This record gives sequence, C-alpha cells and structure tokens, in this order.
Amino acid sequence: MRYSIINVLKQGLAGQKGWQAAWRDATPKPQYDVVIVGGGGHGLATAYYLAKLHGITNVAVLEKGWIGSGNTGRNTTIVRSNYLLPGNEPFYEHSLKLWEGMSRDLNFNVMFSQRGVLNLCHSDAQRDAYARRGNAMLMMGADAELLDADQVRRMVRGLDFQNPRFPITGGLLQRRGGTARHDAVAWGYARAASELGVDIIQNCEVTGFVRDDDRITAVETSRGRIAAGKVGLAVAGHSSLLAEMAGIRLPIESHVLQAFVSEGLKPWIDTVVTFGAGHFYISQSDKGGLVFGGDIDGYASYAQRGNLPVVEHVAAGAVALFPALGRVRLLRSWGGVMDMTPDGSPIIGKLPIGNLYMTGGWCYGGFKATPASGWCLAHTIANDAPHALNEAMSLERFARGRAIDERGAGPRPNLH
Amino acid sequence: MRITCPYCGSRGSEEFTCLGNTPPARPADDAPVAAWVDFVYLRDNPRGPVTELWQHVQGCRTWLIVTRDTRTHTVAKVELASRATGR
Ligand SMILES: Cc1cc2nc3c(=O)[nH]c(=O)nc-3n(C[C@H](O)[C@H](O)[C@H](O)COP(=O)(O)OP(=O)(O)OC[C@H]3O[C@@H](n4cnc5c(N)ncnc54)[C@H](O)[C@@H]3O)c2cc1C
Ligand SMILES: [Zn+2]
Repeated sequence: MRYSIINVLKQGLAGQKGWQAAWRDATPKPQYDVVIVGGGGHGLATAYYLAKLHGITNVAVLEKGWIGSGNTGRNTTIVRSNYLLPGNEPFYEHSLKLWEGMSRDLNFNVMFSQRGVLNLCHSDAQRDAYARRGNAMLMMGADAELLDADQVRRMVRGLDFQNPRFPITGGLLQRRGGTARHDAVAWGYARAASELGVDIIQNCEVTGFVRDDDRITAVETSRGRIAAGKVGLAVAGHSSLLAEMAGIRLPIESHVLQAFVSEGLKPWIDTVVTFGAGHFYISQSDKGGLVFGGDIDGYASYAQRGNLPVVEHVAAGAVALFPALGRVRLLRSWGGVMDMTPDGSPIIGKLPIGNLYMTGGWCYGGFKATPASGWCLAHTIANDAPHALNEAMSLERFARGRAIDERGAGPRPNLH
Repeated sequence: MRITCPYCGSRGSEEFTCLGNTPPARPADDAPVAAWVDFVYLRDNPRGPVTELWQHVQGCRTWLIVTRDTRTHTVAKVELASRATGR
C-alpha cells in the first residue's frame, strides 16, 4: 500500500487495520538470477535498482542477521559530497542527488535533512586546502561555500573561538549535505525492492560458494544451498571473509569505529560540524541526542566494539571544540566493523571470478554512498561492466598504480 | 586492551601503535609486479588470531610482534620483533 495522506486518513477511519507489513520476510527459493550477500543499505539498494532500472527481479538479498543490523544501523548518518579527487567526487555527487529524491522515489520517509555539513579549519594552510577542495567540488557540480570565522560564529553556537592552539579561522560548508534516518534507509529500500519482487531473506548466513571453473554456480548458506546466476557482495566490514570463500585476497583490513550519543537536549546544533584539528564530529538528532564520533581505534578488529582510549580521545576533542559538552552525559556508545582500504576509497566492481561482483571498502564513509553504491553495483551486475561513475573504483586500480588517495597517506589502511 | 611489553610490563594499548599484519618478506627489486601488489596492498585480514607488528611508541619504542585475536582483542603473545626475526 502506498504511504500517502489519503491512506493515512482512510486507515484512521478504518481503525488502522489495513496496513500491511512493509516488506515480505521471504524464504529462500532454490534459484535466483542474482544473489546479493548482505542486507544493509548497499545490498538492499542494489536489489532495488536491479529490479527498478534493469528489469532483473528474480533477486534475493541474503542477510545473516536482520536487515540494517550492520553498519547501516550503527553509523552517524552524515551525508555529503565534499571530496576532492575526480575518481570520487562525481560518484558522491550522484549519490547526494539520489538522496535528494530518495523519500519520494521509495515512497518512504528517510528523513533526509539537508542541514549542512561544516568542516572547520584552524590555520591558513588548512583554509587554503579547503578553498581548493571547495573549488574542486564546484567544478564537479556540487555546492561549496568558504566561510570566515565570523560567518562560522553566526552559524554555530558554543564553539570555542578562544582556543589558542586551534583557533577557528573559518570553514568549508556544504549546505546540501546533512543527515538521514539510518534504519529508514534500510526499510525504505527493502520495502520498495520487495514490492518489485525481490526476496529479502534474513537469518541466512552465506558460508561458502560452489564454483565451476571461473564461475560461481551457487552459494552455501545456513538455510541451504541457493543457485545463483550472478553474485554481488555488499557485506561492509566482512568483505575479506566473503572474498576468501571465493579464493580472493582483497586490499582490505577490517577495523572498528566507535560512535556515541548523548542524553536528549533542547535544539542546539542544527548542522553537522567537524573539528579540523582533532578527531571529532557532531550533529544533533531529531530526538535531541548529540550524535558524535571520532577516528578508528587503529588495529584490525571484528569485535564490533572498541576500547576506552578512543572514548577518551573523542571526549577530549569534544570539549576542546564545544566546552559546554563537558556537562553533557553520555547515553550510549557502540562500534561497527568496517573495511579499510589502502587508499581510503571504496571498491565497486567485478572481482576476478566471472560472475562475482562487490561493493565494499567503504571505510567510515559509506552511508552517504548507499544509493549510488547500489545504483552502480546494479549497473555493473546488469551490464557486466562498470558505469563511468564507478570505473575508477575498480579492484585493479591498486595493481595499476591508480589509487584514489584523498588523504595522501599511502598504503596503510589504518591511516585513512 | 593491554599489551605486555617485554621491557616495560603490562601497558595500555594507547601507548602503542599498530603497523598491521606482520608483513611478508619484501620481494626482490626485480620481482614481478604481482608480487609487489601483494606485498604493498593485499591483506589476509582473518577473523581470529593474527600476528601484527606494534611499536611501543610512548614507552621504550621497541618493535614488537603481537599475537592477538581480532574477535575478542585478547592478546595471546608478545615478542620482541628483533628476536623473532633475527634482525
Ligand atoms: C560508528 C560508525 C559511524 C559511521 N558514520 C558514517 C557517517 O556518518 N557517514 C557515512 O557516510 N558513513 C558512516 N559510516 C560508514 C557506514 O556505516 C557504512 O559504510 C555503510 O553503512 C555500509 O553499508 P553496507 O550496506 O555496505 O553495510 P552493512 O549495513 O554493514 O550491511 C552489511 C550486511 O552484511 C551482512 N553480512 C555480513 N556477512 C554476511 C554473510 N556471510 N552472509 C550474509 N550476510 C552477511 C551483515 O550482517 C550486514 O547486515 C559509519 C560507520 C560506523 C561503524
Ligand atoms: Zn616498552
């Protein structure tokens, strides 16, 4: 049933008895044309675009837990397209445009809120770097504004402008950036994909692949063997494990990233702010909680929880930027496992096995990429060739010396 | 997570930095490109025990080989890198 004001009124009069479940919790069929492993936003979006744009509807999404239980449901939901390099920016700008139409396209309110993303700078050199980045963004069709300290002062309250070590000299603002409701993204894509015939299968862990020479013919799962024409991986922090089942080594290390939410407060921070001189970024959720995080813990981990030193480090960044945060109580903290790549950029494309494809290597920034990642992976699977938007994000780029290294940190996954 | 440095005893992990999996031997200068790609970029990334190179940067600055479980963060063994590699 469509979600609309008419149906809300009708159901109101009918005692709310006519609503159906948003999507079908399917049981596996013996065979699918395309099997997507991983029921996060990326996997569900891939299935949706396969069905909607490429007419491939005999598709299953296999999820080992429940949909959205991975990083989709654990992230701090920042959406932006403020990248510098040509291999990245057009992709992320396409993604931002898909975000702008997503609620309407899916007929599901993903609460995309374009409240702006403000990256603070603290030195002349950093301001120059932001000017360059902003210009690159403008040239690639995105929006960017360079703010001076006074403009920042008028925009965000509570920042410490007196910090002698890291004075705030301005910031790079992307007004079209913002936040979205993470679970709603998973549910919205699941509902829209399910309506087009996609089977969403939960509690179904992929444990191996059945191979015939250069092709995968079926996936082994905790709910039995499922034959597959093509297989797409969208398993976030677990890409290496799935690739290993197919005998492929990836340029990925799995790392833990933590995030935090405070007790609910009255409206305070109505944009997203990142600290340019420390590992800290923050926004305020619609419920009032301050949602914030910092950097990865720095060592390989599949534990889905981090350690205390990083909690302390993030708290230090928090009070350095917003001294008043010292009075705020923490409600919850958690961690997610992410694929870190040697250049900090993702991998979307074909793997060295005929009919195996992946989207992964999203590091700490793949929520914003959810729609375009699904869009590009669906295109790559349907055409057996990448779209221009994800061509540069191939696995082969490492062997060809074409790394997309935004930070210029070199081939150490834990430095990106 | 605490790491027992052979010189300094049990210390918090924040005193150390992790370089990553113990790297395999560096290929010869004229080794094929594939060997270099493997060395520079590819990782085993197991879920379970790993051996890694850590440095006690805020202590004695010694390089260590740490055997650790990536599922639980339990540290099973710490050795001096110099002794383990004979260098
Ligand atoms: C703390 C934190 C904060 C973040 N903040 C941001 C942010 O502000 N902005 C941003 O853009 N990005 C952010 N990210 C990154 C972002 O969350 C991810 O890149 C993105 O959500 C990945 O989506 P996904 O669908 O690929 O992964 P997931 O949502 O993790 O989905 C992968 C799914 O695969 C399933 N799976 C794994 N193995 C198997 C198997 N063998 N069989 C079947 N299913 C399997 C998992 O259960 C999981 O549900 C953050 C990440 C973390 C951890
Ligand atoms: Zn020591």
